[in-house]
Amino acid sequence: MIRFLFHRLVFQALPTLFVLAALSFLLVRLAPGSPFASERELPPQTLEALNRAYGLDQPMPVQFFRYIGGVLRGDFGPSLRMPGRTVSELILAKLPVSLELGFWSLLYAIFVGLTLGILAAVKPNGFGDYSAMTLALLGICIPAMVMGPVLALVFGLWLDWLPVMGWHTPADRILPVITLGSTYASYIARLARGGMLEELTRDYIRTARSKGLTEAGILVKNALRGGVQPVVSFLGPAAAGLLTGAFVVEQIFFIPGLGETIVNAALNRDQFVILGCVLLFGAFMVFFNTLVDVGLALLNPKIRMTAGRKAKHEG
Amino acid sequence: MSLLSVEKLSVNFPLRRGAFTAVDSVSFDLAAGETLGIVGESGSGKSVCVSSLMGLVPSPPANISGRAVFKGASLLDAPGETLRRIRGKEISMIFQDPMTSLNPYHRVVDQIAEPLRIHEGLTRKQARLRAVEAMASVGIPDAESRSRAWPHEFSGGMRQRVMIAMAMITRPALLIADEPTTALDVTVQRQILDLIKTLQREHGTAVLFISHDLAVVADVCEHLAVMRRGVMVEQGRSAEILRAPAHPYTRGLLSCHPALHEPGEPLRVMPELLDPPASEAP
Repeated sequence: MIRFLFHRLVFQALPTLFVLAALSFLLVRLAPGSPFASERELPPQTLEALNRAYGLDQPMPVQFFRYIGGVLRGDFGPSLRMPGRTVSELILAKLPVSLELGFWSLLYAIFVGLTLGILAAVKPNGFGDYSAMTLALLGICIPAMVMGPVLALVFGLWLDWLPVMGWHTPADRILPVITLGSTYASYIARLARGGMLEELTRDYIRTARSKGLTEAGILVKNALRGGVQPVVSFLGPAAAGLLTGAFVVEQIFFIPGLGETIVNAALNRDQFVILGCVLLFGAFMVFFNTLVDVGLALLNPKIRMTAGRKAKHEG
Repeated sequence: MSLLSVEKLSVNFPLRRGAFTAVDSVSFDLAAGETLGIVGESGSGKSVCVSSLMGLVPSPPANISGRAVFKGASLLDAPGETLRRIRGKEISMIFQDPMTSLNPYHRVVDQIAEPLRIHEGLTRKQARLRAVEAMASVGIPDAESRSRAWPHEFSGGMRQRVMIAMAMITRPALLIADEPTTALDVTVQRQILDLIKTLQREHGTAVLFISHDLAVVADVCEHLAVMRRGVMVEQGRSAEILRAPAHPYTRGLLSCHPALHEPGEPLRVMPELLDPPASEAP
């Protein structure tokens, strides 16, 4: 397992992140506009001085490798828009809020999604199945920018049960978490239903039944492990997406998260902030997908064996 | 008194138009310790017939009628709880494809031990000890060290041995073997048949043995029943049926067997296989 993780890091994670950094760097530089542009045109000398100060007058490859060198030392560069502030500072100030929102949303999505999906699979094509899948379809179809305001309107303004803005009390978490998590819950519900339905037709489920297991025992001990595998695969990208800031939801509920930082950086061509956010997202993606692979290996002994063997061959 | 008595068992599946009768008014009796083989072509209703006894045919959609009495308890209309107490304890079953009948996510020892945990309330440790013994008794070498293995680390023959160990671990009164050797190659087939015969004799278990292969069934079973399109066309003692088949269909089946054939003659094929009846055509 340690070998597998080592291989993952050296041969997959680092190259992936390097390519990601290079591409984003190129794209940011190719985009028109400048971080220093404003309504009032800057005198050419000032612009030149600014470029020199941030090293933007150097050839691009030099700039790029200087940046990568900095990243390797843990320095993600300065913000070009907010003088005196570093990218790390900006991200670290907002990240905890986004992480918390993402964490609760993920828990909500897993819990609601799995429950609905499994209930639907137990009695397929019954009333429960149709209700759960209709709900899931709605969850997928209704975007956050519609669900958020509607929830705020109903539960905040009309019923006056829950706060609709800010990030201070536990109650502040409820509506944003539902808004952000529902889409993911819906995907999870559909994946769980499909996985469980497929699993329940397997021959070994018949064997389990012939042994005298109860239906609940069949479900929990024999079907669940195979049935949740599609969900586990989905959780990697889902977790990375949820934890690195949800711009729309953060805007709707006035949550001081990372989403706004990313969008503003992109609008302002604040290149080091953009790159920092992209790298952070990439790192999350790599990390959670690795976690998913470890999880799948733990769930499935067959994958465990081949993964171990492959690592050995490569080494 | 018979152990299992089946009377006028019918199973039919509703189709968009009409219904398909997989098992049509089948009756047979099985005494304790007796062996009964059911032969017939693929699609003749053998599997559905025995699966419905175990409650493994989902109903609905299937309509199951008739009576099946096992040790005085009615199987077909038994509540789930009663049926679960019988399944895996009094009647156990092995299936055709050992590659897919074992759960890939559990170690073989735990799968073999599971009936003991369900029916005899043994602790995991006690059940595992018994499971290792059971593995040894079905001829799995190094049972102790192999017990920790996963199903995919076993060959087909070994997996079928695992299935048999699992089925026999609660000393059931009746073992239902649904084409247990069909998916195995011929040498392994022989070993598995011998194993079933040995265990049957040692424990006095009654066996209901399903196969499409007359020779296999005649080898294992004292009694024989021939099924064709859901109907039991002939039953009796194996030796007698083989010597003097009464029904033309049985005679046909027998004449199709390569071993009973004159060398040089073209092998006979049952006409139904070449020209399936309209109701079964897709």
